[in-house]
Amino acid sequence: MSEASILYDAPGPRARRRNVILTAGSIAAFVVFGYVIYRLLDQEQQFDARLWTPFLEPDVWTGFVLPGLINTLKSTLVAGVLALAFGMIFGLARLSDHWWIRMPAGAIVEFFRAIPLLILIFLALFVPPIISPIIAAGPLGMAQRYVVEYLLWPFGVVINGGVVIVPAFAALVFGLVLYNGSVLAEVVRAGVLSVPRGQSEAAYSIGLRKNAVMRLVLLPQAISAMMPAIVAQMVVLLKDSALGFIIAYEELLNNMVKKIPANFGNNVLQSALVCAVIYILLNLALGRFATWLERRNARRGRTAAVVPVGQVDAVDAGAGGTGVGLGAAGTAGVAGAVGVAGAVGVAGLSDDGVGTGDRGGGG
Amino acid sequence: MGEIFDFSPIFESFDRVWAGFQSTIQLSVASAILSLVLGTILVAMRVAPIPLLRAAGTIYVNAVRNTPLTLVLLFSSLAISDTLHIVVSDVPRTNYYWFGVFGLSAYTACFVCEVLRSGINTVPLGQAEAARSIGLTFAQSLRIIILPQAFRTVIAPLGSVFIAMIKNTTVVIVASYAEAAAIMKDLFEDYSASLGIFIGFAIGFMVLTLPTGYFFGWLAKRLAVAR
Repeated sequence: MSEASILYDAPGPRARRRNVILTAGSIAAFVVFGYVIYRLLDQEQQFDARLWTPFLEPDVWTGFVLPGLINTLKSTLVAGVLALAFGMIFGLARLSDHWWIRMPAGAIVEFFRAIPLLILIFLALFVPPIISPIIAAGPLGMAQRYVVEYLLWPFGVVINGGVVIVPAFAALVFGLVLYNGSVLAEVVRAGVLSVPRGQSEAAYSIGLRKNAVMRLVLLPQAISAMMPAIVAQMVVLLKDSALGFIIAYEELLNNMVKKIPANFGNNVLQSALVCAVIYILLNLALGRFATWLERRNARRGRTAAVVPVGQVDAVDAGAGGTGVGLGAAGTAGVAGAVGVAGAVGVAGLSDDGVGTGDRGGGG
Repeated sequence: MGEIFDFSPIFESFDRVWAGFQSTIQLSVASAILSLVLGTILVAMRVAPIPLLRAAGTIYVNAVRNTPLTLVLLFSSLAISDTLHIVVSDVPRTNYYWFGVFGLSAYTACFVCEVLRSGINTVPLGQAEAARSIGLTFAQSLRIIILPQAFRTVIAPLGSVFIAMIKNTTVVIVASYAEAAAIMKDLFEDYSASLGIFIGFAIGFMVLTLPTGYFFGWLAKRLAVAR
């Protein structure tokens, strides 16, 4: 059953006539809107060939677009891997039986989810150079040096005479990891909790220990259920990497909206449009991948992670073409039985009717 | 070591900090209202019986929500306001405030639309059928029957969208409008950067986001549709 047919019947003669009139009306509205925009652009000479032709030159692509794209992908990839590790550790820590592990992990995750990513990036960029000399003079001076020299050097962090300098790349990755890692921690927690309780009960009953139950039984099932939500979060991460623009990290947005206009006669509008197209294509590709994963899971009769209400701000900067893994997509039947997805509502925000359309088959 | 946790800048320039958070709140409230209106229009388009409107809504949502917010805000401030010379106010700060609101709303509306659309899917089929059988048109059934129930089921996810939006107001820094995050950066430069300043601002943002979350959670429970 298609989504549309839920809300209206097949049109009769009067409804058909009304639809034709409304279609004509909206075409007229779009034409007028388009014409107004055309006139505006024309008035400001935004159709001048010199503003658009830079994107036909190979040099622009090899000199600005591709290096920017590589930097964007680099920060996304590094932050993505680290955020996954962070999310895995803290997500499992929140499920710990020991309150002294569970509570601090919960506090950390909630803290980083409650504050804006940008102030985390500012923290990483501006604070270390000022406070590191103070730490260097104190009892933790050596520890600070070791941390920078052995742990943080791959990110380009350097320590010089007790002063720690954090490059824009490292600051961006720091913020992306802590924020998205915290969101992923919730995804992991929800994923593990979404595995039916009989699974862990059965595992315990055959004599497995806590560690083995988690490692051999719960996680493997949880991970495949979480995959769509994880990929959706990667779309968020990719988009958030554009915050590098603000701290002058030379990623795609910076190269295209700051550098190209500076070199090619202030074509901000044109560059921004081309840049948007690149981001949209990248994210749609990632979104497609998530949809494919969701479908595959549905075929295998598994549900996507049913993420609790408070967690929905994964929607936040929000997932490309697919759902944010809230509620099962193609598996509305299962989710309906659990009774969560329906109430929480956000069962599969996907666009292709995987999650949205098939209510008829659910329940 | 005491200098690292020096909170005095927050108190010394408390009027600036307060002004920054006031800007954040103003941005959030205006964008919340505008994105709610826009999102509702978008979702009406996306479920409408007219294919053209459906396509337009789908294209808009997919294009804007896959674009980084930073780019959306740069587009609204640099491209639309500065390049095309469209201004809503001669005072630059007011002008950039509004273009910040426009950019944020254009972006957030996509998420409002998607949340609402999933809410529409939770309304039982019988509701729409009953509405049609008593002779309501599509617009009437959407307005009187479907959307009120859809809104009530998605209050919690909607709250999360607004929390994300409050955090996203910090990105308006690229649209040349100074809100709390920009003030934090200024304080880092005026005083020496310290963890104290950061923690002060982090608490400020938590004061905004956490109660919003609790409020929407409470509202969702209160208004839940009993089925």
